[in-house]
Amino acid sequence: MARPTVRVVKIKGMDQSNGMKTGTELVKRGLADMLKGGVIMDVVDADQARIAEDAGAVAVMALERVPADIRKDGGVARMANPAKVTEIMGAVTIPVMAKCRIGHFLEARVLEDLGVDYIDESEVLTPADEEYHVDKWPFTTPFVCGARDLGEGLRRLSEGAAMIRTKGEAGTGNVVEAVRHIRAITSQMEALADMTDEEQADQAAMMRVSPELVKEVASLGRLPVVNFAAGGIATPSDAALMMALGCDGVFVGSGIFKSSQPTAYAAAIVKATTYWDNPGVIAKVSRGLGEPMRGKEIGTLEPAERLAARGW
Amino acid sequence: MTVPPTIGVLALQGDVREHLLALERLGEPTRSVRLPEDLRGLDGLVIPGGESTTIGRLAERFGLLHPLRAAMADGLPTLATCAGMILVAGAIVEGDQPLLGALDVVVRRNAFGRQNESFEIDLDVKGLDRPFHGVFIRAPWVEKVGSDVEVLARVGDRPVMVSSGRMIATSFHPELTDDSRIHRLWMEETGG
Repeated sequence: MARPTVRVVKIKGMDQSNGMKTGTELVKRGLADMLKGGVIMDVVDADQARIAEDAGAVAVMALERVPADIRKDGGVARMANPAKVTEIMGAVTIPVMAKCRIGHFLEARVLEDLGVDYIDESEVLTPADEEYHVDKWPFTTPFVCGARDLGEGLRRLSEGAAMIRTKGEAGTGNVVEAVRHIRAITSQMEALADMTDEEQADQAAMMRVSPELVKEVASLGRLPVVNFAAGGIATPSDAALMMALGCDGVFVGSGIFKSSQPTAYAAAIVKATTYWDNPGVIAKVSRGLGEPMRGKEIGTLEPAERLAARGW
Repeated sequence: MTVPPTIGVLALQGDVREHLLALERLGEPTRSVRLPEDLRGLDGLVIPGGESTTIGRLAERFGLLHPLRAAMADGLPTLATCAGMILVAGAIVEGDQPLLGALDVVVRRNAFGRQNESFEIDLDVKGLDRPFHGVFIRAPWVEKVGSDVEVLARVGDRPVMVSSGRMIATSFHPELTDDSRIHRLWMEETGG
């Protein structure tokens, strides 16, 4: 059977005149809510996108090269070619995300025009602006951004991001940085809850965000948006670990298509993410998977190779 | 002393937490359902929003499709939102993915478009005295309605909320607002 594609339809009698609103904070954050408990996979072509969808991915990230290859090849990493993004959008019915460079609002506008479902303003690509991230509020398409700690996450929310992910250290197959980042975010949120109003206001000033946002996080006890893990997740157990540490879902970049059996790895990581608190299931799905991606020790990276240090 | 009814929420993937919170606001005891044995002794089941292909494939791989079909055939009251509506459908317009076939409708996935076409709108819902704020995210609509299926709400001429027997299905996400009236309506109508 031919695969369906997602069409855009306009219905008679349905426009802004009857109170219909698009691009609202609720629908932007809402799509991220629908991805919870799921795995978002990096793909570079239609075939990989179909493998990801069949394995049970909740979305795919359309890329020119996966982070491990960006590391290996060097050079400037940019938004994927629109032809590539369109090819991937035409291959699957699940949401398609794509990356733009930090601060490159024109790449973001192009991705919005292509109709991608989420834009990742990503440190994995070479930053385009060393002063400003994209002002994300005016866009209809929602944004996800990386964070190493609570302040960074809240600054991205203040700029209009609708979803947060840890930065981790992409393309290393090493989960240690993602763990560091989610632990930092969690412990900083816990600390906020015990503070007086005055101390919270001081924290807000230090984080360069509004006191209202800090107050909201303190009273919720979590971020007001969905928070995924990303950067270095390579095995089913890695995915389950990030869920156990409180992430809402996981991005897997190089971990799938740089493993020896991508189809099996993809399906196993999906299962381990759902049954993260059931070691029996994780053991079962991890059996006979072949080799994970080789991976890198973080200590062996030169400072310029630390992608997480991009952005602020 | 009677045991209070317990409502299950299918927790393979999606916005499970929002449904649990909506049910807890109504004072209902709840349980997450991820394995066939979690279905035992439930008085109602919610199938949440999420990605229908992901939820369907996980249900298939963990042996949940058959027990879910059997429970629904036995009259287990079910509330299915967005991805849930697709999963309970008898058929979808295009594509090949696991379905439960518990509701006599044909559903079109992503019928309103992609994320840039996701929208909010006030809906007139049969059985509610004032409009309900509908949040539609890459939402499906009902393309064809079976003879025992009642349409409860539409956008334009497209059905976006239907009921049949002890089941209600919505294209939109009542769990994303603080308004629990659709959860309550479901529990009253279905006797759940």
